[in-house]
Amino acid sequence: MDATAIHTPARAPESAGAVESSGAVILTRGLRRQYRMGDTVINALDGVDLSIRPGEYVAIMGPSGSGKSTLMNVIGCLDSPDGGEYWLNGQLASSMNDRELARVRNREIGFVFQTFNLLQRATALHNVEVPLIYSGIARKERLARAVEAMRQVGLESRLDHQPNELSGGQRQRVAVARALVTRPSILLADEPTGNLDSTTATEILELFDELHRAGNTIVLVTHDRKVGEHAERVVRMLDGRVQSDTRNSTS
Amino acid sequence: MLLGEMIAVALQSIRANLFRGFLTMLGIIIGVGSVITMVSLGSGAQQAIDDQIDKLGANILSISSGGMMHRGVSQQTSTLTIDDARAIAADAETVAAVVPEKSSRLQVKLGNQNENLQVVGTTPNFKDVNGYELAAGSNYTRADGAAKRRFAVAGHGVAAKFDTETEGLLGETLYMNGIAFEVVGILEPVGQVGWRNVDEQLWIPLETAQFRVFGTDTLDRINAQVAPGFTPDEAIIDLERIMRREHKILPGKNNDFGIGDPTQFFNVRAAATSIFAALLAGIASISLIVGGIGIMNIMLVTVTERTREVGIRKALGATRLNILMQFLVESLILCLLGGVVGILLGTGVSAAIAQFAGWQTIVSPQAVAIAFAFSAGVGLFFGIWPARKAANLNPIDALRYE
Ligand SMILES: Nc1ncnc2c1ncn2[C@@H]1O[C@H](COP(=O)(O)OP(=O)(O)OP(=O)(O)O)[C@@H](O)[C@H]1O
Ligand SMILES: [Mg+2]
Repeated sequence: MDATAIHTPARAPESAGAVESSGAVILTRGLRRQYRMGDTVINALDGVDLSIRPGEYVAIMGPSGSGKSTLMNVIGCLDSPDGGEYWLNGQLASSMNDRELARVRNREIGFVFQTFNLLQRATALHNVEVPLIYSGIARKERLARAVEAMRQVGLESRLDHQPNELSGGQRQRVAVARALVTRPSILLADEPTGNLDSTTATEILELFDELHRAGNTIVLVTHDRKVGEHAERVVRMLDGRVQSDTRNSTS
Repeated sequence: MLLGEMIAVALQSIRANLFRGFLTMLGIIIGVGSVITMVSLGSGAQQAIDDQIDKLGANILSISSGGMMHRGVSQQTSTLTIDDARAIAADAETVAAVVPEKSSRLQVKLGNQNENLQVVGTTPNFKDVNGYELAAGSNYTRADGAAKRRFAVAGHGVAAKFDTETEGLLGETLYMNGIAFEVVGILEPVGQVGWRNVDEQLWIPLETAQFRVFGTDTLDRINAQVAPGFTPDEAIIDLERIMRREHKILPGKNNDFGIGDPTQFFNVRAAATSIFAALLAGIASISLIVGGIGIMNIMLVTVTERTREVGIRKALGATRLNILMQFLVESLILCLLGGVVGILLGTGVSAAIAQFAGWQTIVSPQAVAIAFAFSAGVGLFFGIWPARKAANLNPIDALRYE
């Protein structure tokens, strides 16, 4: 249906030089993340190779503890890998300093959390404004863009509500608006419907479908098979590795 | 623009915990308030001493009898004579005016009221040399002295001693040791000068004093005003040379007189006062430091409480510097707010002390500026550690914090 939705399965590039030419938004090679608990070492990520192209809608699934959240956090630059390489839009994110990482989190990535993570004392509108504040965008444009993002998620009538004056679904919509407002190159969502009832969850998923149709690149972690069906590609994880990488024929 | 956001966030956070913010600021308020009060008390005391030094009259040296420097204890037999005064007036080029004095406390009677007052027999130039002004009547003259007339000039407060209107004393007859004197002049108020209340003194012609009242031709003191262009030290050397010559003191022998600079006494007192003032300010600033530790304590709690917020902000693109500044601005605002309230409090307390205790207090702009800068410094110094702690948090660790 959409020209950008037609892909060949992602292939691992042969060399760093190939990275740029691959045109992937996200490209990881041998990504590792270990947790040390006393004497035991947990390999939360044990060599993950993944490539995601612009406009893709990818669902990451797998049993609990398989490393999905760890992968999302590394991709979202909230956590740093212990080994391997992570290229974001052709830039080596795994070796960036604090300032560069802050910039990437601000401009390139929109992160939606399972627990919403809104600023409790601020209004919905202000929550959406925050990333733009850190981009250094002037107040007037900031407001206009935040309102526009709120309109996109259908909450233009709830601008001045604080998070505790919103329903769970509405909170997650605010979080999605906040993730969208900087026009990031990728939208990451770690179990965005995990804290929602099924009706509200469906609404949120429809929102993601809509965003995908509008051209956004989306990576979403879920346990729910039905949720996985919304995506055009499903990556299954097991014990910190990619177990399978399949394309949904339904979409 | 980012700063605006930081200030907004800081104010919001302070408002959310208004009472805690107030308690935190209390340390700074009390600290700054007490520094301001102590410094204003100190500078007030210093100013009071400076005023007294000014009143002593600039550059008046005092020669007294005996080997004592500076206003020796009462001498049995004075060796100072009017000839000494004349010699100084004639020969000392470092001296502009000479005011010889013979004085004592006497029983002074008006009608049937008795008062014990200081009576100074001196030449009429005492008024101009000391810078006194007449409130009523006139001064006695040299001719009055030569004729040994019984005229008196009264200090402003003498009338009150006898329950009389100030002006009412003019023309009245005062009995000093039973000798009748006519009050010819009344001075404007002078106030306390050194150890004496000048306003409760009487002045009479020197010759009258010597021959009619005291029955002696000796003097207690010879005051000498240093001439313009000379220092008191130069004048002291000059005076000593003339006095030794007049008293025929052989080389190697000790002086039988002393030359004192009355302001010296006050210079010592001024130094002591400034040490005392510094001590007070020092003690007060300890409370500022304690207040600063209170700020640090609360900021550490705030950082811990808001760990998740730090995580969220970092996830949305806040740099380490953004977070550092955010918390620093908050502690700065707490301290500056506390500083402003403290300055108001200190100024108020100083005014109250001046009002009720009658002490002179001066709230100087410098003290206010320093207190303000100090409270900002406290905010920065004690805020930086908690702020760094927040800024160095790893985003994912901060987000996971429960
Ligand atoms: N902070 C941590 N310290 C130690 N071990 C951790 C930490 N975070 C995750 N792990 C471990 O790493 C592994 C992967 O965890 P992760 O959260 O990525 O799993 P997940 O796939 O997201 O699971 P779930 O579906 O339950 O959310 C798990 O074994 C987990 O115990
Ligand atoms: Mg998870």
